[in-house]
Amino acid sequence: MTRHVKTAVGVVLTAIMLFPVYWMINVSFTKDTAMRADPPHLFPFDGTLEGYRAVLDQQMPYLGTSLLIGLGTVALTLLIAAPAGFALAKLRPRGTGALNFVLLIAQMIPGIIMAMGFYAIYLRAGVLNSVPGLILADSTIAVPFGVLIFTAFMSGIPDELINAALIDGASRWRTFVSVILPISRNAIVTVSLFAFLWAWSDFVFATTLDGGGDHQPITLGIYHYIGNNNQQWNAIMATAVIASIPATLLLIVAQRYVAAGVTAGAVKD
Amino acid sequence: MTSHAETLVRTRGSSRVRRARGQWAAWGFLAPVVIYLLAFYAYPLYRNLDLSLRHYTVRSFVQGNAPFSGADNYRTVFDDPTFGPALLHTLVFTFVSIAFQFAIGLALAVFFTQHFRLSATLRALFLVPWLLPLIVSASTWSWMLNSDSGIVNFFLKGIGLDPVNWLTSPDWALTSVIIANVWIGIPFNLVILYSGLQAIPVDVYEAAALDGASGWQRFWRITFPLLRPVSAITLLLGLVYTLKVFDLIWIMTKGGPTDASTTLATWSYRLSFGNLLPEFGPGAAVGNLLIIIALIFGLLYIRRQRRD
Repeated sequence: MTRHVKTAVGVVLTAIMLFPVYWMINVSFTKDTAMRADPPHLFPFDGTLEGYRAVLDQQMPYLGTSLLIGLGTVALTLLIAAPAGFALAKLRPRGTGALNFVLLIAQMIPGIIMAMGFYAIYLRAGVLNSVPGLILADSTIAVPFGVLIFTAFMSGIPDELINAALIDGASRWRTFVSVILPISRNAIVTVSLFAFLWAWSDFVFATTLDGGGDHQPITLGIYHYIGNNNQQWNAIMATAVIASIPATLLLIVAQRYVAAGVTAGAVKD
Repeated sequence: MTSHAETLVRTRGSSRVRRARGQWAAWGFLAPVVIYLLAFYAYPLYRNLDLSLRHYTVRSFVQGNAPFSGADNYRTVFDDPTFGPALLHTLVFTFVSIAFQFAIGLALAVFFTQHFRLSATLRALFLVPWLLPLIVSASTWSWMLNSDSGIVNFFLKGIGLDPVNWLTSPDWALTSVIIANVWIGIPFNLVILYSGLQAIPVDVYEAAALDGASGWQRFWRITFPLLRPVSAITLLLGLVYTLKVFDLIWIMTKGGPTDASTTLATWSYRLSFGNLLPEFGPGAAVGNLLIIIALIFGLLYIRRQRRD
């Protein structure tokens, strides 16, 4: 195969793979009256913005809540995972083998089971349907992954750098804050991106822990839309398009971090 | 020479002292994560175990004075007519999803290793399905698979096939959620296998090409065996992740129609949250069974990763 043929094949394969994404966008612009047309309208030439108007009218509070939950999850995850990564990579006290093992296992526990346990605890503590409660639950998806990424990244920082700071009389905390963190920017970006995306996309914790809340995330916004037997598929798909913006931005802005994040969890260096 | 060795010994000695002194400081850095794991992993899991061993009603769930009932909930679950199908669907969903994700992911990874124009960009675009919120993918697939107005049935009609009731027929519901799940999982397999392929030295292929090996032979004799460690890890991680899938199935079919796409995960959720009268005990029991299955594969994964 010549290079051009390969590129053509690649483009066709990508187009097939991304067809559902295209279809989501297309349906979001389709008029209600054309929704069940036969044959279906393959291009939104005679489109409408009704769907997006519905998003503006009804979904903004959900989007706001999701943004808040996403940012809260990022903050909490970094706060817990970064110091832990530093200790596991550089200070290596005794007994960390067990901790590493627990972190790996923690990632394998199905979210639905965590959700049930959280539900039982939150119900009695009276924190069901609260934003902080959901942030806390969402962070459990990202913290073990975060520790893993920070550990892997900080292991690559030369010991000399840390020893130099310690010899200069800096405390370990000071060394961590003013030497380690600034050079760990890539790890911080990767962990933040994934923590945000997972919290933004979370449905399991949202539906179990925040199903009756005043402030619900966008995943529940879409779910209610479908659940109400809503036939306004342009509005549903418009909401889906808006809900996909963070993922898209992430891919455009931070593509190399994404690939790094996917592989870091799985393949040992 | 001796002095050099002495310095070495001395520095090593002093660093050991520093390390011993640093033990407490190190655990100070680890304290947040340890407390966090105990409070927000161990405790919920303990509560879940406790739920499965007691006879809960809605009232005792709030007040917390449910009587201990031993393995009753587990017996209830095993005797339930849903248990057999749910277990079977979990296994079929997991293994069929993984088989297709892996095969397609590997084929694409091999394709993308041949550097051509746009290959990096196209590979990045392949990540999109994996990054989208599951509710977005699930609702998009729901509409695409709609019996009357879905685009998939339109394509089937175009090639002369009868329309299929993808989500509403018991014969097709499980297939439908598997199709959507394969679509979501391909990027993950592609990225990991691609990075595995990158690690195979080029000169091995060059030598094989000189010896006159065909492309097909090179794949089966070189790529496949050398990729085995990465493949094993991809498959085991895929197993652990796929066993967990709940959102996708729940959003697309709610496990129906009549349990046709019920897996352990959706059944567990339905028992605890899906009915007006929640059955927290049996729900938690199903969840714990799922944990055990996930952990078996999880431990295999960890053993495998340590060995490599």
